[in-house]
Amino acid sequence: MISLLLIEQALNGVQFGIMLFLIAAGLTLVFGIMNLINLAHGVLYMVGAYICASVTQASGSFLQGAAAALVGTLIIGVLIELGVFRRLYTRTHLDQVLATFGVTLFFNEFVRIVWGPAALYAAVPPFLAGQVQLLPGLSFPAYRVAIMVAGLCAAAALYAVITYTRLGMLIRAGASNRVMVAALGVNIKLLYTVVFGVGAALAGFAGLMAGPLLTVESGMGSDMLILSLVVITIGGVGSIRGALVASLLVGIVDAMGRSLLRPALAGLMSQSAADNAAPAIASMLVYVLMALVLLLRPQGLFPPLTR
Amino acid sequence: MKVVGALALSLGYLIAPAAHAAETVKVGLVTTLSGPGGVMGRHHKDGADLALEELGGKLGGAPAEILYGDDQQKPDVGRQVVDGMLKRDKVKFITGIVFSNVLLAVQKPIINAGAILVAASGGPSETAGEQCSPNIFSTSWQNDQAPEAMGAYMRDQKISDVVIMAPNYAAGKDMLAGFKRNFDGKILAEIYTNFTQADYQSELSQIRSLNPKAVFVFYPGGLGIQFVKQYAQTGLQGKIPLFSVYTQNETTLPALGAAADGNFEAGFWSPDVKNPVNEAFVAAFQKKYGYVPSEYAAASYDAIRLIDSGLKATGGATTDTAAIIRGLETAELKSVRGAFKLNTNHFPVQDFYLFKLAKRDGTDTMYRKMERVILPAHADFYAKNCSMK
Repeated sequence: MISLLLIEQALNGVQFGIMLFLIAAGLTLVFGIMNLINLAHGVLYMVGAYICASVTQASGSFLQGAAAALVGTLIIGVLIELGVFRRLYTRTHLDQVLATFGVTLFFNEFVRIVWGPAALYAAVPPFLAGQVQLLPGLSFPAYRVAIMVAGLCAAAALYAVITYTRLGMLIRAGASNRVMVAALGVNIKLLYTVVFGVGAALAGFAGLMAGPLLTVESGMGSDMLILSLVVITIGGVGSIRGALVASLLVGIVDAMGRSLLRPALAGLMSQSAADNAAPAIASMLVYVLMALVLLLRPQGLFPPLTR
Repeated sequence: MKVVGALALSLGYLIAPAAHAAETVKVGLVTTLSGPGGVMGRHHKDGADLALEELGGKLGGAPAEILYGDDQQKPDVGRQVVDGMLKRDKVKFITGIVFSNVLLAVQKPIINAGAILVAASGGPSETAGEQCSPNIFSTSWQNDQAPEAMGAYMRDQKISDVVIMAPNYAAGKDMLAGFKRNFDGKILAEIYTNFTQADYQSELSQIRSLNPKAVFVFYPGGLGIQFVKQYAQTGLQGKIPLFSVYTQNETTLPALGAAADGNFEAGFWSPDVKNPVNEAFVAAFQKKYGYVPSEYAAASYDAIRLIDSGLKATGGATTDTAAIIRGLETAELKSVRGAFKLNTNHFPVQDFYLFKLAKRDGTDTMYRKMERVILPAHADFYAKNCSMK
């Protein structure tokens, strides 16, 4: 019984980690290749959720909503890159933080103007409603299983593209030494736009899947963005593999902390003290993990080779 | 000589407007208009606007205007906005205020400026108890009232073995304390979650393994949308009854849909409370704004109308604060909740109802179906600590 609960909590952590990975992947690529701190990345997650929810409601089909969200966030990502971020690559990190934060504020208000201040209705699609029996005595929401499968597929596809294709080779080369890549005659501007668009679509993918679980509202990307920044710091900035490992690590630490701390602390102190202390400590655990990693490996777990 | 003349002139400017009886009454509506809590602010604003429009743009017979301020759900921002309204705009009344922590931050400057606060949402225990003031009124609720009602209902139903949950901040703890004041069954676990937490799957797994007879929660606004949706997705909806306060109402139901079906909520008001004032209010509100009002809209609507009734005592003049306070205390407000009575601490004594979330006949639209009165004429717990000095 206890071990089944542990397995279930581990699955919860893995599922949350996969969502984090989809956001962190784009963030770490953009940071690693273009050296751009993009605080506006959470916005694409939010826009993905909004587009999917509203198209699903209008068409009655979740798959159409999902397709519209993917294409929509890709286009918006490319437009933001062409319109704003292209001018920021040579600027200081402080300028980048200011500009990308401004983009965040703009989009948070923009969705309120377009869709109104109330949260949007987004339900689990009927074909994914219900529970899946994973083990005897362990059932898990079908939709969350689908998120895990879809997220892992996206991670595998990303890995294949980066490891085996010419585009992936350029991306890796760009992360290592972008000046040299440009000197070799590669159209680095186009490469940047493509990477940014793909990162945006990945964040949109996470957002459209999060819609039925979470609240589709203005500013929903901010908390995810902060955790994604933690993930890429732990994983090593610019490394996809690091982002994957770190997001699973963060997801599992978070889920385990939230479920195990309260009973564990209750053994050490009174129940009411444990009730108070557990959520406070659990919410810190992820940051403690980051501090530990920074202490032992300041470059993160899997830093890309740079020179 | 010149200096003295200029001084006299400016003094004259300062004194002159007060001499006119029919000067404009200024009401500052400070609420959360942006960010995740923005939907509650929209309800506040629309409720207040509708009330002033129906009163012909006058309060107590004097021409009136509402100024709007956005507290962004932050106590420090709320305080700045209120300070600006009190000093620059010289407002006599402040209303709105969604969040209790914002209210605690703004009540002092309002009292010091001799202005009057008519709260239309959160009512922290401090404001209703030791820190109560003649200058503070409420047309909404004291935070503990609704969870006290839900605790009483579940006690009467002899429900035991429950799990109770809330976000880990001041109001969350107040709500669970209020629940425990009347509930006497066994509590299997009392779970506090991080205020910014979006995913409750880990806690829901714990709930499922504890297998309680019922779950009681307080998750306002977007938090509630997440929690109730995930509760349904985990397969707990309908199996373990879900009871809540300030969680499943007209601000969240459009986003919740069928995920709320069959759950329970306690509160002082719903659009279906039967009385002529309320029926007219709900119909006019829906016609004007195209959506169903929540208790935030209702309390805000009542707040403006309470100010109107109170100002009748002074004929619309705003100079004599003590007379306005007496006017508000004795106002004959025809409230949307039916009978309206203010306690000694200026918080309402009111009926609390049990609602069941259900689909309106023949449609997919969710609404709060009136089940019964749980606590009639329920006064809040903290009024006894209020000395009104």
